[in-house]
Amino acid sequence: MHATRPRTRKGDALPAVLLLAPFAITFLLFFFLPALDTFYMSLTESSLTRTNAFIGLDNYVTLVQDPSFWAAVGNTFYFALLTVVPLTVLGLVMALLVNHFTRASGWLQGAFFLPFVLPISVMTLIADWMLQPSSGVVNYVLGMQRAWFADLTWAMPMVAIGTIWWTVGFNMLMFLAGLRNIPAELYEAAALDGARGFTLFRTITWPALRPVAGMALVLQLIASMKIFGQTYIMTTGGPFNTTRVTLHYMYETAFTQSDAGYAAAIAVAFVAIVIALSLAQAGIVAWLARRDA
Amino acid sequence: MNKRASLGWTVIGALAALLLAAMWVAPLLWAMSTALRPEHETVSAVFHWLPQEWTLDAFAKVLAAGNVGRWLFNSALVALLVTVVTMALSLMAAFAFSQLRFRGRTLVFALTMLAFLVPFEALLVPLFRMMNQLGLINSYAGIVLPQVVAPVVIYVFKQFFDAIPADFREAAVMDGAGPLRILWSVYLPVSGNIVWAMAIVTFIGAWNNFLWPFIIVTSNDMMTIPLGLTQTYDAFGVRYAQLMAAALLGALPVALAYVVFQRRVTHGFLAATGLKG
Repeated sequence: MHATRPRTRKGDALPAVLLLAPFAITFLLFFFLPALDTFYMSLTESSLTRTNAFIGLDNYVTLVQDPSFWAAVGNTFYFALLTVVPLTVLGLVMALLVNHFTRASGWLQGAFFLPFVLPISVMTLIADWMLQPSSGVVNYVLGMQRAWFADLTWAMPMVAIGTIWWTVGFNMLMFLAGLRNIPAELYEAAALDGARGFTLFRTITWPALRPVAGMALVLQLIASMKIFGQTYIMTTGGPFNTTRVTLHYMYETAFTQSDAGYAAAIAVAFVAIVIALSLAQAGIVAWLARRDA
Repeated sequence: MNKRASLGWTVIGALAALLLAAMWVAPLLWAMSTALRPEHETVSAVFHWLPQEWTLDAFAKVLAAGNVGRWLFNSALVALLVTVVTMALSLMAAFAFSQLRFRGRTLVFALTMLAFLVPFEALLVPLFRMMNQLGLINSYAGIVLPQVVAPVVIYVFKQFFDAIPADFREAAVMDGAGPLRILWSVYLPVSGNIVWAMAIVTFIGAWNNFLWPFIIVTSNDMMTIPLGLTQTYDAFGVRYAQLMAAALLGALPVALAYVVFQRRVTHGFLAATGLKG
């Protein structure tokens, strides 16, 4: 169809300009120019209000030698490690349960998805109260008095658990859509051949879901790398900066140290890491799919 | 596998479903149980799962003393503005990308999709500096404007318009209708479902947005609910019945929106990932 259509059509130019202008202006002002500006600012010595000097790659030279930056990147990876696979696997399990128990599926889906539509601070307030050292319900059940968010070992895992509760519903939804796209005839035919239970899952369900799983993993990795709110609100990066993540370090550099140029360099490095990781992961997922095909 | 083994799996599945559902609902129920008790019961030495004395005191105190009402109003206004403007901009742009043939179409569309690669988080510092220069810190315009750039929404609408048969448009062109008219009276009426779905998802996203308001708002009166709720320790002190009441008040509008529009919400979130619901 596209081949037969002309690439331009008389009389379309003016309407196109009019229709695109409102979006194009906001896109330029609030995405494109700030994106270029982030890059330019990373080559300068700037504060939050003014740019003082062009300093070339100095910010990046400082960055690669900055232990605080690498610690923050490491904390971010640790958070990703604690969340990406659990969120994907749990999302799959929930979707399978919702899909299987048809009579309860509306209720189950609602229960699993509801937290995802809540504001982050609803989650953090409830988590803070449940994990409260002296009167929190978690300590009561476990018979402890632990200050979870001040604990070197437990602070990040608790942030991860809160995040899993809050966001797993989205992954469940993706898997559920994948499950519902599998034609019922496939199962019927396999059942006639005597296949049951786990065999059905291994031969029909999983192959059909694998592309969804790959996409969920990539999206989840990007989402986890972008963590900021959960740790900022629940632990303020502590104890001893063990939960201070990349974006938190960027935020502090810009808005508490007013070192906007260095913060911009952190932002550029952050974008580079996120893009490289998602390309690598997408590549691995595609390679696995081809190998198994 | 024989019948008995299959029954075993069903029982294990049912137990897993029950256990997980309980785990996912429990924190919200516990927040309710806390919000419905008098403050002294939250620090009582004896633990109780349910309030010993049921009261709406915490909700009354939160609504009377703090700024929760104001934050809810700000959130509603901001989310509504973001949704209406995003829908208008994106529908127009998607229609142009999908149905008009003009020079530079592919390039402009590719630039728009580039925004998928660069996370909004990376733009915070220059955006803040720009808003500061424009005098838009602590203003509704400052909170709303960067949120209306939504390439995902444009992508979804473009896909939808692409799939509408060309005869639709050609019949209208025969009648001498211009592009704006065609968008309004031919394409919009058949796009109701997807527009609703994207509008609701945009609304929930704007309502819940924490990061940008956190950067651009410093005055308590201009805070939206996700941001305001992080200030509740200052407003109410460490009073957990009131903190849980505030959290539940913040959760209520989106929870209701989800319950009422469940199908459209799930449809919208799935459309944004390119999956069909």
